[in-house]
Amino acid sequence: MKHKTFFWFFLPTGLAMFLFIALPIVSVVIQSVYAPHEAVIIEVENCGPFGCTTETTIDQDATAAIREAQPLGRFVGLDIYLDRGHLAVNEIREAWATTESWSAFGDVLFNLPFYRAMAFTLTYVFVCTPALIALGLTIALAVNSLHRHLKGLAIFFSLLPMIVTPLIGSLILFWMIDSRGILGNFISYLADDPDLSLKASTPLMWISLIVYGIWSSAPFAFVVFYAGLQTLPQDQIEAAQIDGATRWEQVRYVVIPHLMPLVTFVALIQIMDNFKVLEPIIGFQAQAHATSLSWIIVNDLGGETRQLSAAATTSVMTIIGVAILLSPVLVRTWRDFQKGGH
Amino acid sequence: MYLKTIALAGAVALMGSTAFAGGHAACEIGARVSIVGNEFPAIQTVGAGAQECQGAEVTTNLTADHQKINLPGMQGNPAEYTSAIIANSSIVALMNEDVIRPLDDLVAEHGEGLSPNQLITINGQVMAVAFMANAQHLVYRADVLEQVGADAPATYEEMLEIAGKIREAGIMENPVTGAYAAGWNLAQEFNNMFLGYGGTHFKPGSAEPNIATEEGIKTLEMMKALSEYMNPDFLTHDSNAANAEWRAGNAAIMNMWGSRAAVLTDAEGTPQEVIDGTAIGAPMTVGGGTTPASTLWWDGWTVAKNISDEEAEATFIAMTHAIRPDMLNEETSPLAVWLIDGYEPTEKAQGVFAAAQSKTIPYPMLPYMGLLHTALGNELADFMQGKESAEQALKDVEAAYIAAAKEKGFL
Repeated sequence: MKHKTFFWFFLPTGLAMFLFIALPIVSVVIQSVYAPHEAVIIEVENCGPFGCTTETTIDQDATAAIREAQPLGRFVGLDIYLDRGHLAVNEIREAWATTESWSAFGDVLFNLPFYRAMAFTLTYVFVCTPALIALGLTIALAVNSLHRHLKGLAIFFSLLPMIVTPLIGSLILFWMIDSRGILGNFISYLADDPDLSLKASTPLMWISLIVYGIWSSAPFAFVVFYAGLQTLPQDQIEAAQIDGATRWEQVRYVVIPHLMPLVTFVALIQIMDNFKVLEPIIGFQAQAHATSLSWIIVNDLGGETRQLSAAATTSVMTIIGVAILLSPVLVRTWRDFQKGGH
Repeated sequence: MYLKTIALAGAVALMGSTAFAGGHAACEIGARVSIVGNEFPAIQTVGAGAQECQGAEVTTNLTADHQKINLPGMQGNPAEYTSAIIANSSIVALMNEDVIRPLDDLVAEHGEGLSPNQLITINGQVMAVAFMANAQHLVYRADVLEQVGADAPATYEEMLEIAGKIREAGIMENPVTGAYAAGWNLAQEFNNMFLGYGGTHFKPGSAEPNIATEEGIKTLEMMKALSEYMNPDFLTHDSNAANAEWRAGNAAIMNMWGSRAAVLTDAEGTPQEVIDGTAIGAPMTVGGGTTPASTLWWDGWTVAKNISDEEAEATFIAMTHAIRPDMLNEETSPLAVWLIDGYEPTEKAQGVFAAAQSKTIPYPMLPYMGLLHTALGNELADFMQGKESAEQALKDVEAAYIAAAKEKGFL
């Protein structure tokens, strides 16, 4: 394509990306380095159904004047990035100096909101992503080998988890794993422990969330791999069969290399998605056991007093986190692209 | 304690003397009204009442997520919502951002049906109009308590003792329930118990937290002791789930909101013994204190600042119409402890009345209370699961609060 043609072809997309992706990110970054002004607090008398009390409130006139002068708030630089709610550098420095063993240091570290969220998020990303790719590939191979009359039905059922709204899907499972729910009761019967509760145990809750994550995302991998299987070169398969390759060897040496670019694609999308895990934590009401960066953002914005700067900071850190996680895959894609170009 | 409470019953008796004659049933408005608020039966009644008005459109958005949307919906100019139904905790967020208007002139012009104790005045200006009171108090199964030979508990210590007896007698495995879900609910249970032990959330006259104290530790220990008698999933049980446990006949004692206790056993399929056995009591005290381990609440409505004066007037007229004295009837009266002229308390209201009479402390209306509440909700779950000590949990709450308060410019 000529450069000029490409430019005009790309312009609408580029413009939309600039307006709806680049600018909001700039805005979020700006919000993360500004915090609300120091509150001007006055003591006032409040009266209501239960009598009068002297309480403090914000002096609106004085605050309005300060806001007028500096609408963005006060510039705090990286203060919010470094505070306890985020990277918690002071807390970590202190823990490093005062704790004597690694496990004591770990206790302090994973007691801090950001690191606690990262512990779960990274576990979730690195267990869910490979598992759902493997599961998706298995389903794709299985469906592909079905008789053509059965394929449509099998595809529909395989896609169901993706069709169900994530929040609804997790809510249904949440009720099923309740200690009075069907799965919760069954598990407690299997373990022969009437007090066993999935929702009260952190490891079991993590497992539930991860199983849910695999279940809900495997159809995406399945659809992509199934489409890929339709382009499988039959002559190569036949050649492998003539050479006496077993079914497993055909998959290992012909099918998987053929699907490799798609595996990269699915991994890329799913790492990005899983890093932003939110719905299952909300749906399972799992915040006592597992949190994620997205959950922190929702929590900061959902309190009675909204913490916009804290939420903006966590958003920027999420973007950085996704970029770090994706960098190996992106570097690899770039290398493949260059190889292909020569 | 600098907070002073006036017995609700006395106030209502005063109000009763100025019974309001009808004639206000018709409601004419000249501009749009848009209401955002929480979702429970009493508020739905108020929303429906406002929608009776003729002449312009009245829309309502009543949802449990109202706190997430009311502020953004009122910050624009013109604001999307002309009125937010709030409580004494959530008015603070709207005050902090200066999105609600003083109502003094509107009260003078159109507020003849309102009684003085409904007017929430802050620094001499009317900022909200309250229509109902709420508090958490004891709900118990009289039939189950009778089986173990116990009276309704007056203190949390007695509650523990009774729970032990019920478990020992093999009647129920987990006789205690309550709204202990990690987050807002758990923090609220902490607030109740903490005030019951005589704690104060902040150092006097400042935004410095004051919860890592002896009272704080006693509070957490009591909550932990209670949780031993709860369903193991208690950290996921909000008010709805606790009420479901109750209706299923799985629990016999709980501390529950008055607004929910009133309709607790109305749900279809509630077993007869639960309907017959459910009784309401006064809020309990704890640790030998005299102040109940509970908080007093009012629910009321506000009018947005960033709207035209015509819309503000229409909103005020519609909302006043919704809480006019003759909206009270057999159907609406039991839904809440109304602060409306002519309200006759039903039997189900006695818990909230007892809370007001026994000098329960109102939930603090402080600009930084919301941040402490959020910090409590996030940091206490570890202690409740036995993962850390009470001292550490309280230290974490203070640290999380301080980081948030610094960001918001309170410290």
